[in-house]
Amino acid sequence: MPELVLQLTRAGFLALLWLFVLVALRVVRSDLYAASGLRAILPGGRATARAGRSRTARQLLVTQGPLAGSRISLDSRPILIGRADDSTLKLDDDYASTRHARISQQGEEWYVEDLGSTNGTYLDRAKVTGPTRVPLGVPVRIGKTVIELRS
Amino acid sequence: MTVADHPKGLGVQTPDKPTAAPLPTGRGIELLLLAFAAVLVTGALALVEANQEQQITRSLLYLGAAYLALFTVGHLAVRRFAPYADPLILPSVALLNGLGLVMIHRLDLARADRATLLGAEAPTSLIVRQVAWTTIGIALFIGVLWLVRDHRTLARYTYTAGFVGLILLALPGLLPSSLSEVNGAKIWLRLGVLSIQPGEFAKILLIVFFAGFLVQKRDLFSTAGRRFLGMELPRARDLAPLLVAWGLSVGVLVLERDLGTSLLFFGIVLVLLYIATERVSWMLIGLSFFVGGGVIAYQLFNHVRVRVHIWLDPFSDFNGSGYQIGQALFGLGTGGVGGTGLGAGRPDLVPFAESDFMWSSLGEELGLIGLAAVLVVYLVLVTRGLRSALAVRDSFGKLLATGLSFAVALQIFVVIGGVTKLIPLTGLTLPFLSYGGSSLVANYALVALLLRISNAARAPLPRRPPQPQAPIAEANTELVQRP
Repeated sequence: MPELVLQLTRAGFLALLWLFVLVALRVVRSDLYAASGLRAILPGGRATARAGRSRTARQLLVTQGPLAGSRISLDSRPILIGRADDSTLKLDDDYASTRHARISQQGEEWYVEDLGSTNGTYLDRAKVTGPTRVPLGVPVRIGKTVIELRS
Repeated sequence: MTVADHPKGLGVQTPDKPTAAPLPTGRGIELLLLAFAAVLVTGALALVEANQEQQITRSLLYLGAAYLALFTVGHLAVRRFAPYADPLILPSVALLNGLGLVMIHRLDLARADRATLLGAEAPTSLIVRQVAWTTIGIALFIGVLWLVRDHRTLARYTYTAGFVGLILLALPGLLPSSLSEVNGAKIWLRLGVLSIQPGEFAKILLIVFFAGFLVQKRDLFSTAGRRFLGMELPRARDLAPLLVAWGLSVGVLVLERDLGTSLLFFGIVLVLLYIATERVSWMLIGLSFFVGGGVIAYQLFNHVRVRVHIWLDPFSDFNGSGYQIGQALFGLGTGGVGGTGLGAGRPDLVPFAESDFMWSSLGEELGLIGLAAVLVVYLVLVTRGLRSALAVRDSFGKLLATGLSFAVALQIFVVIGGVTKLIPLTGLTLPFLSYGGSSLVANYALVALLLRISNAARAPLPRRPPQPQAPIAEANTELVQRP
């Protein structure tokens, strides 16, 4: 094969190989946040994200326990927490009850209520007895798991 | 379901609108990338044929189409059995496997050339076998996807998997050499014409075992312990899994003279323990075990000493034990940044260029630029596996996906580190690239499990109608299924 053709095909093949890699990385980027329920903040949409940041909780973050690091994005549906299979946040924890607690939205605020658990639910240090408002960033302790609401 | 069906009540609220658009399943992009991989592989094959002065005929296109058809069958199986699985894993695997096939064919041509030059008989061509193994691999891939509908069922077979894995691992070491030894390593089962490495399959089974075992016993390893130097040490009796792993890897080393596999097992168990318990002390204990094992192995085994010596200075005995790695380093040097072009180098000068030294063969012809691209494809494969581990909701799935992805990552590190003289050379194969049937088929099963877990991680949660909640005092006893 002529030298020139060899050099051109060589460079062309390497370029194609990298094109494959770049397409793959683009797919990685496009669903970087998708599987965790967290939506990607696009550069253009930052202003609205900042504006909504002040009050409303947008996600629930597990900060301690076996599921630490998991996030659930909040919509208007209530979040059920416990060991039952149909819980929104299913705990694998001997200190949690089958249906342990529920976090639900009332207007703009989120409330936590204990569903008669054995070991109780704690908002910061205080035991939750009735529906209690959960401010942003205050830890809610359920068994070995600690969750927080984040904007 | 409309809003009108359910009255809005306290706590139970129906979503006013679908909260998020359903995630794209990614099957379309998977097919697109598979087609791209087919174009790349066909192009690579055409370049090899041109540079090796073979005739370029239309049959190349047919080969490319056959390759695409093979992976389309795999893709259809994913569509059928795991529709939400990760879209990048299968195309990465397809590209790696395709490049491996092209390189094996290229080395076949080189060996046939040399045979005619020397007037010897043409050597058996490896490519036919490897294509057959690839087909078997895809078949097993589909079989695993079909059979394992939920990865959590594997947790039920924790101890069975561990037992069978142990037997598979130990079998070649216990059998007489005539049945198990090839080129000085007793890691084979020779069944007539067929030779398989049971260790490759044992790897997956033992990962299943350790993941299941650690999910059951995790609390044991992280709760009790003594504080020492600011970190909590586990109790002596809880060291059992680490001791078992250590004993296993040393046993493999002694019985089968296989440095790579023992390193692989020890590393996998260490990482799984660390991930299950989040204790740094496990890493420190494990690394001290590793150093201890390494020193003892160096003292006791001659073949370990030889490996270390050729790692320190391959050119001191270039025509003897250092020949292979020396030639590989020359090959990588010849390739340089841009490579010689596919089919235009001499990767066949390295002994075992198609299996253990596939990396230097690729490096000579694709150069640093090409090697980096292949490495990023591996990286995509591993990170997608780890990402599934992060996203999946059950502990067993997390540990299993981590173990499987990490096994691939560690294997890549050990092989490439060995070939490029970063660490002593060990006889492992590069997943999907190297020649070797067992490794290829086992890795297809591994990837099928990863896809199964990523499917569970990405599938939308089943929507259940909200059930009326009885106060706990009035609620009936309910049967809760154990995960």
